[in-house]
Amino acid sequence: MPNGQEDATTVFEPRIVAFFCNWCTYLASDLAGSSRMKYPPNSCVIRLMCSGRVDPQFILNAFAHGADGVLIGGCHPGDCHYREGNYKALRRFRLLRRMLVKMGIEEERVRLEWISAAEADRVRDVIREMVGKIRELGPLKLDLVPKAEMTKAEELIHA
Amino acid sequence: MSDPGLDCRIGVYLCHCGSNIAATVDVMALAEYARTLPNVVVAREYKYMCSDPGQELICTDIADKKLNRIVVAACSPMLHEKTFHNVLSRAGLNPFYLQFVNIREHVSWVHQDHKAATAKAMDLVRAATRRVALHKSLEKRRVPINPNVLVVGGGIAGIHAALTMADAGKHVYLVEREPTIGGHMAMFDKTFPTLDCAACILTPKMTSVGSHPNISLWAYSEVTQVEGYVGNYKVTVCRKPRYIIEDLCVGCQECITACIYKEGKTPDAFNQGLSKRKPVYLPFPQAIPQKVLIDPDACIEFKTGKCKKTCVEACAERNAIDFKQQESIEEIDVGAIILATGFRTFDAQRNAYYGYGQYKNVYTSLEIERLINASGPTSGVLQMRDGRQPQSVGIVHCVGSRDQNTNRWCSKVCCMYSLKLAHLIKERTGAEVYNFYIDMRTPGKGYEEFYDRLLDEGVHFVRGRVAEISDWPAHPSEEGKLIIRAEDTLAGFVRRIPVDMVVLSVGLEPKADARDVARLFNMSCASEGWFLERHPKLAPVSTFTDGVFIAGACQGPKDIPETVAQAGAAAAEVMALIDAGEIELDPYTAYVLEEHCSGCKTCIPMCPYGAIAFDSVKSKASVNEILCKGCGTCVSACPSGSINQNFFEDEEVFAETEGVLLHA
Repeated sequence: MPNGQEDATTVFEPRIVAFFCNWCTYLASDLAGSSRMKYPPNSCVIRLMCSGRVDPQFILNAFAHGADGVLIGGCHPGDCHYREGNYKALRRFRLLRRMLVKMGIEEERVRLEWISAAEADRVRDVIREMVGKIRELGPLKLDLVPKAEMTKAEELIHA
Repeated sequence: MSDPGLDCRIGVYLCHCGSNIAATVDVMALAEYARTLPNVVVAREYKYMCSDPGQELICTDIADKKLNRIVVAACSPMLHEKTFHNVLSRAGLNPFYLQFVNIREHVSWVHQDHKAATAKAMDLVRAATRRVALHKSLEKRRVPINPNVLVVGGGIAGIHAALTMADAGKHVYLVEREPTIGGHMAMFDKTFPTLDCAACILTPKMTSVGSHPNISLWAYSEVTQVEGYVGNYKVTVCRKPRYIIEDLCVGCQECITACIYKEGKTPDAFNQGLSKRKPVYLPFPQAIPQKVLIDPDACIEFKTGKCKKTCVEACAERNAIDFKQQESIEEIDVGAIILATGFRTFDAQRNAYYGYGQYKNVYTSLEIERLINASGPTSGVLQMRDGRQPQSVGIVHCVGSRDQNTNRWCSKVCCMYSLKLAHLIKERTGAEVYNFYIDMRTPGKGYEEFYDRLLDEGVHFVRGRVAEISDWPAHPSEEGKLIIRAEDTLAGFVRRIPVDMVVLSVGLEPKADARDVARLFNMSCASEGWFLERHPKLAPVSTFTDGVFIAGACQGPKDIPETVAQAGAAAAEVMALIDAGEIELDPYTAYVLEEHCSGCKTCIPMCPYGAIAFDSVKSKASVNEILCKGCGTCVSACPSGSINQNFFEDEEVFAETEGVLLHA
């Protein structure tokens, strides 16, 4: 904390978007729920069938819309429900992270984790760690592009 | 991004799940909030949305309020997404106009701060309303199911499952890695608590498997590759060479008698290495298939090529021996798979302080099973390696179980089999028997009664984990004995009991290659390595891979009745699946927007299923819907955004992401 005077309402609460694969990490987060494990409420899960579906644009889009961190969860190498989607996810993730770092986005803000369906504690720990880490980093400041301009650019991309 | 338009009429339904959600998430406030969201026509909360009245609420609203998009915020979609797909279908709406939000497993059960949990639930519901507005009408694909079934593992689980389905008229391929079926049960002498003779109840079933017209029994074979999907699996099986032509061998065993080895020299795996076998052998007298095999590592012909081949002579005109046999590869098509690959016993040498492998009179429970078995190495006489009968025996429970250093779980069967062995040892030898236990766990039909019987029979019970087994005598009378040291936690002092023989009740572990097998069949293991069931309570034999089921101790430690019950359940699940004749698959396939496709072919190598082809005339990629499994890996690879995935469209994911992030 920058100073000890802050009360709970002014503590920075990071917003994390979590792209979880349907077969491993989503199930692990379900198991964390049914095991009543506790972790901070700063992340929202978006379910995809495979971590291989995580388009780098999803991550950029999340940052562009105010995410302070993005977490991707997939099956362990070799365990992918679709054989090798997670390897593709890893490749894209590494490339994108390099780019993000160049854009001034700290690499801790994006995280790729292999979490099997049985590893509920890992979901809890990763989210706890990530929230802690991003709290230290502070909010992502991405106000370089005015919103109107960004919307226009997006319209062009998705036209 | 396309505007969902004014004709989008969303209904939001929020479940209290009793107090499971409502105790943490302010469902009323959530409903209030949902009503303020764009395009939301109605938002209701209800105690149990999945109940009949809850479902009825949605049906009625769809009709009365002309809803065309539905958001249900409740539990995990794994549990109830299907339920609400059906609701929409019943109300005449395409089921994929639903977005299901998980505010139980992902919110109320994992967060404690009510305000924050409610805020997160709001984020998720807002995201869902934005997403659902973009949903399209989708059709489930229907594919026919191949009625043949593969059962992997020929222990009692695999045997029972295979017989059940074969009796119902299904063709079953039973693939077993060992040269014979029977598994662990075939090694046992008696079964608890009824003291049934294991062989007497198992071998008739084994024989039925061997002779069943609907079962292709492939022993000494392994599955090496699995392709395809539910209803249409293509499985490759490697059949290891027995060096005996199975169709010609009649099981007369004359070759074994004729082998130039007068005595066997190879430790007999079936007898836990307590006896030796010849290079040509039958694993045990009741083995099924009743066909011998040759061990190339032990056979002189294989090692030197200069054997007199007395076995070939003995086989004479049957001519079943073939030293040149090679492994063969078979490909089979099946609709469903049951895995019944079983367990392995804990390696007692890992607990060095129990002296297994160091003191010759320390045995594992499975070795004792063979020693007291009439078909075992001593013809059922319980004698130690020096030929003496033990006067006193100590049985150590929980070896490798309930132990932070080895396996944390309770192996479930050790208490009962220890009691059984205690009874059999006492009955056969009259020895003093001491059981050292941590807790006595006998929760089964007739189990506690069996324990009571043992108490009456004069077996000694000491509650306390054994600390150490040594051969250090404190007195000349203890010379040559094994000393068991344990704290008697009921009496409150440390005991030192000298015995002739120690039995280590080893626990159950997943097979060493369980993870590889799981990978081969594309399913998951729990962290310990036991195969993961779809739901521990309600789908105990299903896995997350449709069409792949599990039975028996590959899922976790189980005794025989439980294994048989589960094998029957798996067989029933398979039959329910294949008797339907066809199966519905999710429509989450990828598709190409031809007008945008530049024909760069980036997507083609992305697909692990070869589902994308290149149309050289149009110079465009095209997706084969039948082969596409819907992972979406190609979609995120396309540089021009011209492949998309049903239900996981870029726009839908963007809308959901923006929805969770943007406070309205």
